[in-house]
Amino acid sequence: MKSSLLEISYLIGSVTFILGLKMMGNPKTARKGNLIAAGGMILAILGTIFLFEKHDHMGVVDTSFVVPGMVYGLIFGAIGLGTVVGWLTAKRVQMTKMPELVSMFNGMGGACAALIGLMEYQHYLGETGALSAIIAGMVIGSVSFSGSVIAYLKLNGTMKKPLRLPQYNILNTVVMISVVAFGAWVVYASPDNMTILYALFFAALIYGILFTIPIGGADMPVVSSLLNSFTGLAAAFGGFLYDNKIMLTGGILVGSAGTLLTLIMCKAMNRPLSNAIFGAFPGGGATAEREIAGNIKDINISDTAVLMNYSKKVVIVPGYGLAVAQAQHVIHELEMILEERGVSVKYAIHPVAGRMPGHMNVLLAESNVSYDKLVEMEDINPEFSSTDVVLVVGANDVVNPAAHNDPASPIYGMPILDVENAAHIIVNKRSMSAGYAGIENELFFNPKTSMLFGDAKDVLAKLVTELKSL
Amino acid sequence: MENILNLISEHREMIYFVVLSVFVGVEVIGGVPTVLHTPLMSGANAIHGVVIVGAIYVMLNVDPTNIAALILGFLAVLLGTLKCSGRVCGN
Repeated sequence: MKSSLLEISYLIGSVTFILGLKMMGNPKTARKGNLIAAGGMILAILGTIFLFEKHDHMGVVDTSFVVPGMVYGLIFGAIGLGTVVGWLTAKRVQMTKMPELVSMFNGMGGACAALIGLMEYQHYLGETGALSAIIAGMVIGSVSFSGSVIAYLKLNGTMKKPLRLPQYNILNTVVMISVVAFGAWVVYASPDNMTILYALFFAALIYGILFTIPIGGADMPVVSSLLNSFTGLAAAFGGFLYDNKIMLTGGILVGSAGTLLTLIMCKAMNRPLSNAIFGAFPGGGATAEREIAGNIKDINISDTAVLMNYSKKVVIVPGYGLAVAQAQHVIHELEMILEERGVSVKYAIHPVAGRMPGHMNVLLAESNVSYDKLVEMEDINPEFSSTDVVLVVGANDVVNPAAHNDPASPIYGMPILDVENAAHIIVNKRSMSAGYAGIENELFFNPKTSMLFGDAKDVLAKLVTELKSL
Repeated sequence: MENILNLISEHREMIYFVVLSVFVGVEVIGGVPTVLHTPLMSGANAIHGVVIVGAIYVMLNVDPTNIAALILGFLAVLLGTLKCSGRVCGN
């Protein structure tokens, strides 16, 4: 009876995951989809706790087994604590920090999967099949955990430069092969010795670190997404082990969706996955030293205001700088004022603007910019030639023409926003420093370009005041 | 080797599950515009928080005298919950 009810709660849970994920693919239903999936998750969690029956290895219910109250206490304690802390963290975090947060929470999922492996190993000694699921789940979970922690540190700027050990490609491959071989040996020999298992656990953690540290900043979103799908896989192995369908569906769903998402992102950056992982942006190498001829031209706030006020069409290119300055609300204000004056305003969204694909959309949606004002790269590019003013706010690499015309550039071949086709380009930046990929931008030296230096929020607020007084 | 083959035939139902889920995952994500990748990633992130179900299951089976296992289990459930709640509220 209890088992059948549990199966049904898992079935409902699995269906909500699929529905939820599907709904998250549409801006109108995204929030609802999230709630539906969360509801399914809660159902599955409650079902697992309250409909639990101990089965022996043959699948027979052991009715004499009573879960001690202390264990329930620990479970509820952990859930309570986790909910409060998770909720507070998520509430307090700003939209700019979203990519880091995703990475951090992803790491927790990986760690959870790894801990399950550590606990369950000794119960399945000698059962090759179950052990392979345990070891695979544990290794993937650990890699995903340590990798996500590094990704977190990189995304929040604590760890700035990609760190490359000599011959890191070969080194990483060797370490990966050794971890896999070690894991396979543990499954095969199934030594009754926890020290060996911990050694494997740490080896996997080290591989996760080695795997992530050489990867350059601009490729981090791809890596987070890849680690995300890894964690999904780790969860799926758990499902395999316990014949638990919801873990299997949830895990695999995320695994396959995550893998596809990763590939789509790579395509948006025109980089094969292997290149993003092994090649990494040379981060400053030869191109950074290349001198770009030309002068930088400044523009002040009032000239910018006048220029925009008398344009027909303005395109705003938001980037990470906008997110850092928290300027999403004031840019929306600017957009509304210009629209009132009969200027058409659109936002050009590069697929990897910000630190994560879609980062800008979430940010702008937060300040109620309507979704149809956000135009994707392929649709906006033909429009630049009929645009009077392009306002680039805190974006850099995604508008760097070197992607088109400098084969030596590390971003060569990446599709970019062709802002140079517009009549005027105004670039708001805090300073002349290079973008995330660590390379110079010749757009700033273009005669059509004027630089509007300053913090995005500050500058835009002044621009709004100036426009109001016109 | 025989072990592995046995495992596969024992779990063939699960293997069907895996294969079909892969297709569902690809199908669901396939048509989504790039602009929604962030919310989607974060949603997917919440979903594989389902690993917490495993953590709870292990915890329920644990031998209450095994302190190390209890601590690990507590951590696993804690991390799993953190992940789910953090993601769901974050959206």
